[in-house]
Amino acid sequence: MEIVVVLVILGAIALFFIATYNRLITLRQRVKEAWADIDVQLKRRHDLIPNLVETVKGYATHESSVFQKVTEARAAAVSAGASATPAERAQAENMLTSALRSVFAVAENYPQLQAVQEFKDLSENLTATEDKIAFARRFYNGNVRDYNTSLQTFPTNVFAGMFGFKPEEYFELADATERETPQVKF
Amino acid sequence: MADTSAARVSIYEAASANRWRTILLVVLFTALVAVLGYFVGEYFAPGGGLAALPIAFAVSTGGALTSYFAGDKLILAQSQARELGPSDEPQLRNIVESLAIGLGIPAPKIYVIEDSAPNAFATGRDPRHASIAVTRGLLDKLDRTELEGVIAHELSHVGNRDIRVMVLVTVLVGTVALLADWMWRSFFWTQGGRRDRDRGGGGAIIAVIAIALAVLTPIIATLIQLAVSRQREYLADASGALLTRYPPGLASALRKIAADKEPLEVANKATASLYIANPLKDAPAFFDHLFDTHPPIEERIKRLEAMD
Repeated sequence: MEIVVVLVILGAIALFFIATYNRLITLRQRVKEAWADIDVQLKRRHDLIPNLVETVKGYATHESSVFQKVTEARAAAVSAGASATPAERAQAENMLTSALRSVFAVAENYPQLQAVQEFKDLSENLTATEDKIAFARRFYNGNVRDYNTSLQTFPTNVFAGMFGFKPEEYFELADATERETPQVKF
Repeated sequence: MADTSAARVSIYEAASANRWRTILLVVLFTALVAVLGYFVGEYFAPGGGLAALPIAFAVSTGGALTSYFAGDKLILAQSQARELGPSDEPQLRNIVESLAIGLGIPAPKIYVIEDSAPNAFATGRDPRHASIAVTRGLLDKLDRTELEGVIAHELSHVGNRDIRVMVLVTVLVGTVALLADWMWRSFFWTQGGRRDRDRGGGGAIIAVIAIALAVLTPIIATLIQLAVSRQREYLADASGALLTRYPPGLASALRKIAADKEPLEVANKATASLYIANPLKDAPAFFDHLFDTHPPIEERIKRLEAMD
């Protein structure tokens, strides 16, 4: 009789471990998938920049330092994309964003450039891509928050480390208000 | 559960609840058609009720399979929706693609309905086979933030797996209504001949039950449809607002849609519950709120305004 009770208790504990483990795997997988979304959009932005530089260069011939800066920033962001942590990557992308801003600031001074269809298309594409980066980041950070929260709440926190689950990093660009979600009441 | 992530978590909860709801729906529908078939068989040939069961099962299985695999196409075709080319309506496409990324789902196909009444719906069987349809009126009358609110609401239906339930409900309820309608007619036409024959009291009772069922079935089916539809709209409003981080956008869009008095020509009773707001502006006053497919729009706006 006592053996049965012990076995039932042990079985219940084993089931609890399996369920928690699987839940953490699912949550971590969601984080990885969300990170892949960000990656796609960042790469898309990297791909658009050389064309933009070429187009603007054709009109703004005396601004070589701006172009050099954005080209370097792009190269740094591309190489950060290969292996860096989210924080390092975010830093490289932030540099690229500010370099891009200066390109657009230069472009403002050339009214003929503003009328070129290719420039219009490129800047529209870049704006749309920035939008998508913002949403991909939001989705990623939401998933990281869900994963980290369940990792750090009791009783999961007691044994999560034993299975090698570590908290994931948020992907922060310019502002840190992203993690705050609006309160939703039902 | 932290309250900040309540709406996020409920997306996953809604998705798994909808899986159960789908199964329940198909079972209920099969049972309904089987009962209906049994009594109809019993009515036309006493003792033939059981023989009618295979036919009833074939009908319900066919209906369920058709609506699962082709329901979205049926609905889109019936609504006269046209798929957008890759370079049409770039603003709409950008909004849809960005918000889909924010929700972590593939971007759905985009359709436009050439009608000036502002409205929209989403359909499909899962996020990989999803479509979203908006009317020309919606594109013309809403500004960007309002359009974002509406698209976010529709994408939430996709993310919550509401769309499969809604497609099944729409097509299955349509089938039940059609069957009941057809039976009602055949009772009516065979009534005269049947009365002359000598039948036991049992036969008369069966006949009464059969007629009662033929009347009740579409009502039951409609109630099933409504039961799964209203709460879903509140949830899609909330998770849509969470996605855009701007509840006033959707609130203002709903206000504009409600203020527009023009009915949507291509919508009918079966497809009405798919739309973001009731497209049939002539709801009968007698039934009042019992038969509403959508929660009152003022209540939805009030809830959106309560979010911060």
